[in-house]
Amino acid sequence: MGRVPERPAAAQPAHPLSEGWGRALVFVYGLFAVAATGRSAVQLGLEPGKAPLAYSLSLLAAVLYLVATTCLLLGGRTGWRVAGVAVAIELVGVLSVGTLSYVATDLFPDKTVWSHFGQGYGFLPLVLPFAGLAWLRHTAPRRSKATLP
Amino acid sequence: MNPWLYGVALVLAGALAVLLAVDLVRDRAAQDSHFIGLAVLEVVMLVQLVGGVVALARTERDLEGAVFVSYLVTNLLVPVVAAFLALAERSRVGTTILLLGVATVAGLELRLWDVWGGPGA
Repeated sequence: MGRVPERPAAAQPAHPLSEGWGRALVFVYGLFAVAATGRSAVQLGLEPGKAPLAYSLSLLAAVLYLVATTCLLLGGRTGWRVAGVAVAIELVGVLSVGTLSYVATDLFPDKTVWSHFGQGYGFLPLVLPFAGLAWLRHTAPRRSKATLP
Repeated sequence: MNPWLYGVALVLAGALAVLLAVDLVRDRAAQDSHFIGLAVLEVVMLVQLVGGVVALARTERDLEGAVFVSYLVTNLLVPVVAAFLALAERSRVGTTILLLGVATVAGLELRLWDVWGGPGA
């Protein structure tokens, strides 16, 4: 009576994205979404012309953190995929901006969240994409039997 | 900004962080004592928000008021959000979330001091 038909396993990630360790990730990604959004709002609001590259990167970081947080909360196969793309771009971003901020200091007259591998944020921006990818790997949707040879 | 209040907030957040880290190593879920500690921290954050806004209105310092107030408000919200998430996750994950929360509060306290620019009214 009133039983909800079980959805096929293939359409769902193996585990909900926002439970277990996922909840800790949601917390940290949410914090960084707020921190990066606040940072880019202040930077772009006060002196947008001072460091256009650094400020654009702050804005990009804010968007990525927001997307990752939302996708972790929404879950599902699409959420899992979009989160994967966002976290992958985040990893490339923190590694390249982190390196560039040491070797090409003139490119960054002001800091971004990712400058010096996130030194101003306890290096969490460097750890976060690795934690995110590990969690997404753990929660990867199982392939449906139909697609297997 | 009242340096005494700032000191109390920082010491309390630090002490909670140590307590939570010890319980995390022991693989314990979030305890009542953690939540009581968090509630005390929350009261200090509330007092600091009110005191900070009053101090900001009175001071003649040149500081970024919007950033200062946003840090105060964030510090008020972080323990609450962390507590709710930890209540939903009664395992070491919950303890980790609380630890990350109090570490955030401690970090923001240090930033608050920077933004204010040292002791004095």
